[in-house]
Amino acid sequence: MKEWRFWLAEQRQTLMAIGIFAVMFAIYVANHPAGFTANVVQTAANKSVLLAFVAMAQTLVVITAGIDLSVGMIFILTNCLASWLVVGGAGATTLGVIAVLGSGLACGILNGLIVIYGRLQPIVATIATGAAYFGIALLLRPYPGGSVNEDLADALTGKLFGVVPASLVALAAVVLVVWVPFSRSVLGRAAYASGSSEPAAYMSGMPIRRAKFLAYALAGLLASIGGLFLTFFTYTGEAAYASGNAYTLFSIAAVVLGGVSLFGGKGSVIGAIFGAFAFRTIGDLLFVFDFDPLWQPLFQGVVLLIAVSLGAFGLFRVRNRLEWFG
Amino acid sequence: MSDITGERGMERRLPKFIRRIDPAVATAFGCILLLLAVGSIYSTSFLSVEYLLQQLKVASFLGVIATGMMIVILLGQIDLSVPWSVAVGGMMACAAAAFGHVGEVLAIPFGILCGMAIGLTNGVGVAYLRIPSMIITLATNAVAQGLMVVYTGGFSPQDSATTAMRYIATGFLVPGVPNAVFIWALIGAAAVFAFTRTTFGRSVYAIGNRERAAYLSGVDTRRVVLIAFVVSGGLSAFGGVLLAGYASKAAQSMGDTYLLPSIAAVVLGGTSILGGRGSYLGTVAGVILITLLQSILSVMQMPEAGRQIIYGVVIVAMLLVYGRQRRTE
Repeated sequence: MKEWRFWLAEQRQTLMAIGIFAVMFAIYVANHPAGFTANVVQTAANKSVLLAFVAMAQTLVVITAGIDLSVGMIFILTNCLASWLVVGGAGATTLGVIAVLGSGLACGILNGLIVIYGRLQPIVATIATGAAYFGIALLLRPYPGGSVNEDLADALTGKLFGVVPASLVALAAVVLVVWVPFSRSVLGRAAYASGSSEPAAYMSGMPIRRAKFLAYALAGLLASIGGLFLTFFTYTGEAAYASGNAYTLFSIAAVVLGGVSLFGGKGSVIGAIFGAFAFRTIGDLLFVFDFDPLWQPLFQGVVLLIAVSLGAFGLFRVRNRLEWFG
Repeated sequence: MSDITGERGMERRLPKFIRRIDPAVATAFGCILLLLAVGSIYSTSFLSVEYLLQQLKVASFLGVIATGMMIVILLGQIDLSVPWSVAVGGMMACAAAAFGHVGEVLAIPFGILCGMAIGLTNGVGVAYLRIPSMIITLATNAVAQGLMVVYTGGFSPQDSATTAMRYIATGFLVPGVPNAVFIWALIGAAAVFAFTRTTFGRSVYAIGNRERAAYLSGVDTRRVVLIAFVVSGGLSAFGGVLLAGYASKAAQSMGDTYLLPSIAAVVLGGTSILGGRGSYLGTVAGVILITLLQSILSVMQMPEAGRQIIYGVVIVAMLLVYGRQRRTE
């Protein structure tokens, strides 16, 4: 095989996610009364970027064959924290942003410590830490409120040069700063390897534990970037339980749509980002086709159910029934 | 885990009946006594018979739901569709009650049947399509939520519970002992019988230990997994029916507060989250433990935020004490 065909085989899932998104977005824009304008793109981008950050967080953990059911709650917690800290002048705002990102990282580190070094099952451990994170969020914001540095918020949610949505640029910057170095580092490769086959990775002497730990920690950081952006969009902090749960759920949906294998070892953050975009476009499609908004949760649920069921097609290729039990 | 030989050596010196006790179950019962002691400091009425029976009644709702969760966890799977299975059970039973006399008779079975339908979807996904249980149950939970939102039009449901539903949740067949406690006792007895005396129960343990081995031993593993999820969905919905009877009506988010407690009750009771190990006595202990913890936090007038934090911390702490996995290396 030629080199590019290897590359294509590796990136097939990601390219499929990009394709799904492109088709859906094209249908959306074609039916939108305003058409393909900078404003329509900006609104769509701002809505999608939040889920994209949370989905990136989920992807890092899913690649190691784990799961983080607390990402939505870290997202909510950092939103509440940002509504207290990211205020005032340039200096205070910078410190506030650093503090918010630091606390997101700390949440991720705590998850990592409990799951990797405490050897607990990620599902139960992250549900429990998620409850604690939500409790802290509620402590910070018993009632919705607070404020944020509006200059910074408007700069990051507006348009660069009047065309490009600034939130998309920020998303790209995070991908360049966090994902690219991670996926190319030894620990990043070890994260893939341990998700693909942990015994094999162990036998090859890869730093499995450090890789998984880093994945959980970075997931916390990425979720907190999402929380920061939520504050920039809403100008307030709110400890909304339903919203936290919904983001956790949608992050899994985005990851699946983005072609990241829930069994670990396959997929990329880029795919998950486009999965998130596609998932958000589903909601927008309902809107342009004038569906009753009441049907939106059901529609999203059905799409999620179909998306996870598609993974079952691999079963038709199974020659030996024992392979069912992996 | 490293000093297994040391533990064995110590165990051999103990009398046989003590050796047979699961340390996790013993720890859970120890914690219950500790909580009772702490509670009696805060309020003198904490140890009164009426208060404890009231707690037992509240515990029985969680107990019914946790029984279903336990079957699924014993398989090494998990059921995250509990919140909306509970809500669907309560809401559909109340909805059926609105259809005159026939509806009133069929209210309870209809609610349970709707929960079993959710369980059936989960079971088909896990057993036949081999989708990870965590994912498919999250998805069916979302679909159930969507269906209920469409059904109610986004408002809180208007139908109220039938007299039969109220009776089984809050009535008294024997003076002093709430009916809900009897219901839990009946379901618990059925679960113990199923786990220890039936092929189905033994197959559940076998699959939890190693599905491949169970399959090769001639167990129809897919059917057992399917049935387990249907039972879990049905029990969650039945818990919802009881809750609706208790509150005289169903509410949209009535199940949200039952997901973490039901998992925690099972795991704190010593059932391995990886499946294959655990006893129903442990789950009973876990349910009572969680209920008492909630009750003490409310007696202490702890706000919701503090409750969530303590909840998460206690569960992680107890799991770290005895719920750790073996080293993979």
